[in-house]
Amino acid sequence: MTSLSTVVLAASEHADVVPVAADGVFSWLWLVVAIPAVSAAILLIGDGAGDHGPLDRFGHLLGTLAAIASFVVGLVAFIALLGQDVAERAITHDLWTWMQVGGFDVTMSVYYDQLAALFVLLITGVGSLIHVYSIGYMADDPRKRRFFGFLNLFIAAMLVLVLAGDYLVLFLGWEGVGLASYLLIGFWQEKRSAAVAAKKAFVVNRVGDLGLALGIMLMFAQFGTTNIHDVGLNVANASQGVATALGLLLLLGACGKSAQVPLQSWLLDAMEGPTPVSALIHAATMVTAGVYLVVRSAAIYDLSEVARTAVVVVGAVTLLYGAWIGCAKDDIKKALAGSTMSQIGYMMLAAGLGPAGYAFAIFHLITHGFFKANMFLGAGSVMHGMNDDVDMRHYGALRTMMPVTFVTFAMGYLAIIGFPGFSGFFSKDKVIEAAFATNFWAGLAALVGAGVTAFYMTRVMIMTFFGEKRWREGVHPHESPKIMTVPLIVLAALSVGGGALLFSSWIVDWLAPVTGEEHHELPVPPIVITAIIVLVVAAGIALAYVLFGRRAIPDTAPQKVSVFTRAGRADLYGDAVNEALFMRPGQYLTRSLVYVDGSGIDGAVNGTAELVGDGARGLRRLQTGFVRTYAAEIFGGALVLVLALLAVNLA
Amino acid sequence: MSFPWLTILMVVPLVGAAVVAALPRSRPELAKWAALVVSLVSLAVSLGVLSQYDLDGAGYQLAEQHEWIAALGVHYAVGVDGIGLTLILMTTILVPIVIIAGWNDADGARWSVGTFFALMLALEGLVIGVFAATDVFLFYVLFEAALVPAYFLIGGYGGARRSYAALKFLMFSLAGGLLMLASVIGMWALSNSQGDPSFLLADMKDLSIGTVEGRWLFMGFFIAFAVKAPMVPLHTWLPDAASAATPGTSVLLVSVLDKLGTFGMIRFCLGLFPEASEWASPVVITLAVVSILYGALLAIGQDHLMRLIAFTSVSHFGFIVLGIFALTTQSASGATFYMFNHGLSTAALFLIAGFLIQRRGSARISDFGGVQKIAPITAGLFLIAGLASLSLPGLATFVGEFLVLAGTFTRSPTAAVFATLGIVLAALYILLMYQRTMTGPLRDDNRGVTDMVPREIVAIAPVVVLLIGFGLFPQPILDVINPAVSDTLDHVQIGDPEPQTPSFPTAEGSSK
Repeated sequence: MTSLSTVVLAASEHADVVPVAADGVFSWLWLVVAIPAVSAAILLIGDGAGDHGPLDRFGHLLGTLAAIASFVVGLVAFIALLGQDVAERAITHDLWTWMQVGGFDVTMSVYYDQLAALFVLLITGVGSLIHVYSIGYMADDPRKRRFFGFLNLFIAAMLVLVLAGDYLVLFLGWEGVGLASYLLIGFWQEKRSAAVAAKKAFVVNRVGDLGLALGIMLMFAQFGTTNIHDVGLNVANASQGVATALGLLLLLGACGKSAQVPLQSWLLDAMEGPTPVSALIHAATMVTAGVYLVVRSAAIYDLSEVARTAVVVVGAVTLLYGAWIGCAKDDIKKALAGSTMSQIGYMMLAAGLGPAGYAFAIFHLITHGFFKANMFLGAGSVMHGMNDDVDMRHYGALRTMMPVTFVTFAMGYLAIIGFPGFSGFFSKDKVIEAAFATNFWAGLAALVGAGVTAFYMTRVMIMTFFGEKRWREGVHPHESPKIMTVPLIVLAALSVGGGALLFSSWIVDWLAPVTGEEHHELPVPPIVITAIIVLVVAAGIALAYVLFGRRAIPDTAPQKVSVFTRAGRADLYGDAVNEALFMRPGQYLTRSLVYVDGSGIDGAVNGTAELVGDGARGLRRLQTGFVRTYAAEIFGGALVLVLALLAVNLA
Repeated sequence: MSFPWLTILMVVPLVGAAVVAALPRSRPELAKWAALVVSLVSLAVSLGVLSQYDLDGAGYQLAEQHEWIAALGVHYAVGVDGIGLTLILMTTILVPIVIIAGWNDADGARWSVGTFFALMLALEGLVIGVFAATDVFLFYVLFEAALVPAYFLIGGYGGARRSYAALKFLMFSLAGGLLMLASVIGMWALSNSQGDPSFLLADMKDLSIGTVEGRWLFMGFFIAFAVKAPMVPLHTWLPDAASAATPGTSVLLVSVLDKLGTFGMIRFCLGLFPEASEWASPVVITLAVVSILYGALLAIGQDHLMRLIAFTSVSHFGFIVLGIFALTTQSASGATFYMFNHGLSTAALFLIAGFLIQRRGSARISDFGGVQKIAPITAGLFLIAGLASLSLPGLATFVGEFLVLAGTFTRSPTAAVFATLGIVLAALYILLMYQRTMTGPLRDDNRGVTDMVPREIVAIAPVVVLLIGFGLFPQPILDVINPAVSDTLDHVQIGDPEPQTPSFPTAEGSSK
């Protein structure tokens, strides 16, 4: 890993940023959150007002317009930011005091800078496209209005997350997107599997939240503030141990939200949600929030090599883990979900490289947002034409039936495998180069991952669009309506051209004030690395072609497969591990505690009560109502008294 | 003499209770409406109190003081600080909600409908008195008197095991009360030996109490409050009481009456025995963390809706006690705010669960399934109440919980870490409950469950509005609470821990 000498330099760069108060268009930025939030409130409260009202007929249009309006505001602000002087591109706007007690003072504030600006565009831009697509995809769903309400809620929460000027406000958005994710994964909640998957996503995310929440508490205890900018300044005075602890706690949070090992298990199940949700939340935006958190906290990570190394390890492990799973799945959405985990692994790895990698992490995050949303929506379009079947073994030869879906999906495919010239080629290439320049093993993991990515994506492509028809009876594949294909075309164009962001290092320079900048020299010319990557990718494609393109695809998944395939199908036993380590012992613990509470603690109470009762019943026997007994008792009492007095007097 | 706001506030529900009880048994509807009107008048008076309350004023405001038993130094003395006022508001907000939600709960009972609502109003009046009392003797008397209507509410109108539950509740409370009585007498003896005896809180604060005596006297108060709160292992009366009582009674019990315990801890334990409170804090903090985790784990393991909610409260009270005894302004203000919000969120949970149980005819979670499909409004409100219970940011409960945790972290990171585990367990108990009752395919035996009627929605809607409103704008209430908490902690003479990392020279104001 890098020596610590670079560290000081990077930290001093962050100190240069002096946020300026918002004016002009920037003082209206809160609208990007408020518009979808109000729309969500209208759509969801109206939900109780009865069916078939005007909201039911036009609610989806309101939701879509809200997302687009939010995008327009974001775009205007971005253009205005381009016009700002470089030193004045960090803009704050304090809205109101959220909570203030003693020295604990949290302001609801907007913090809009180069990083936030890119995210606002990604979230509202891709978000708007997915809203439009959903008009077609959810056309026949009786609870469409609620769906758009949840989508709007998600957009609002995600924007709170990226625009927050305080870690606690970020946490508000963080949990808000978690809620939206929960609601949307479980949207078809009459399906038990969907309800269970939704709960699982929320609970696993809460484990990650534990890290983020404790991190925020540690910030307050250490610095007396949770303001992101101030924490970044103060952390320079903190001890190594504090910086490392903060880095690791935030990483735990990032692992939950971004489905990184060891908190990856929820993402595959999350595919129970409607496909536009998978595209928006579980591919393009929400799951990348962990990467955003790490990059946003660059000042902390710059100071702790241990924390950075942990981020790299998590990223490297996850990128291989997800890719492996992607190879083994027959469910098109799960194959793509494994791929998402893997690609976020790339971003994490890059973010863990420090100032040398932050910008590339964000670059890959954006291109991935384009091409993965594109492919998920493409998968949705395929499912739409296949009666919601997700098994790729039932697909085949769809390229002629769904030409637009095929071509747009192919653009996404070429982008993700890193075909030269496509967006993913530039972004992945940069991540792998930066990884090699910093640490050979990180580079190797990223390189191998690229080959595996080419392999599994080619497999998806072949099984879906090429080969023989393997359609079930009664399925009549057809192209989706325009309302769905137009967003696909736009996203496909972005998948192709997204690499332009790197034109003359624009994105690196743009983000430099936020993330710092650093270049590590490769031991070989970059072109050599690029050539190697292209060769590895070609090998992956070739292998997939040999295995799936030249042989017939079995109609049902073969059972006699290698341990690797079996492990991949079982998500590398992630659920099994969780079950053995947490669920079963947890259930055992709760059951035994319920028992202890009933018979132990409460038993002691009732036991005491019974003892008193028994004693009283015993005493009651003395009260017989017969004069002779009382006489005897009086005699006995007097005798005792006399004897006692004698004993005292004689002693 | 100034207008006796607090006495009026206390007397309105008490007189109302007498009137409602005296109404003819043959006119139950009249009794309901009368009770509702009385509770709304009380709410209005409490808002009047709020309008009279000076945020910048110090100490107890709207104070009234009259000699009661001169020989013993007993006074009728009332006054409010921000803590008491917040809890009084919580009480006056919840009572009308409970009355509307429980409109028909007493219809089939052995005792009259009028008595049911009269007992609720009586409880309201007495509890307001407890929150306002500034004389230790008056506090004790009202504290114990409040048991009487609660006992009859459980025993007279509850479900199958109401007699057992009512007796258990009474025995626990009386046992705690007895210990407190011993401490009250001990305080009087001290006061008597140091001049003219006086039960006034202000006078008792100035007594010089030896370390050892202080600790014994502290324990008498603390145990009584811990039973009420309820803290593990003194909690077992609560699930029984909550599952046997009507939903409305459960709300009054858990949301309101139990707060007397945590309220007493701040005002009397910290107020009268600062040294002993600090001395006991490590043990109390440990017990609080145990309560948080234990209550949550037991909630996960319950199959009875009401018992589950009762155990979530055990966990939540753990957070409140933790906040009080971590002795920082953040944690103690957070704990007070938590009391207010816990009142709201638990009320919503109990009441909606009550609606469900009434319609399904069973309180067993395993008897439900897929209800969301036929009762979407109920499901939506139940989910919001549940999210409040798991302290989702954006809802008021989060503000209290996070302040408790952040404050505790500055004092004891270990306790904070273990307490924070509670947020994962909370997600489990709430979402498992929601999943099992609301989601999945609709069970055939659940088809009779109908959605909430307008009356029920009217009862729950204000709670939801307040939870969301104070979730985003908690500062108005925090501004009421903060000065009172600062006063209390100044008395304990233990300052907040300073930030551990020295501040960066340019950090000051850089974000402004």
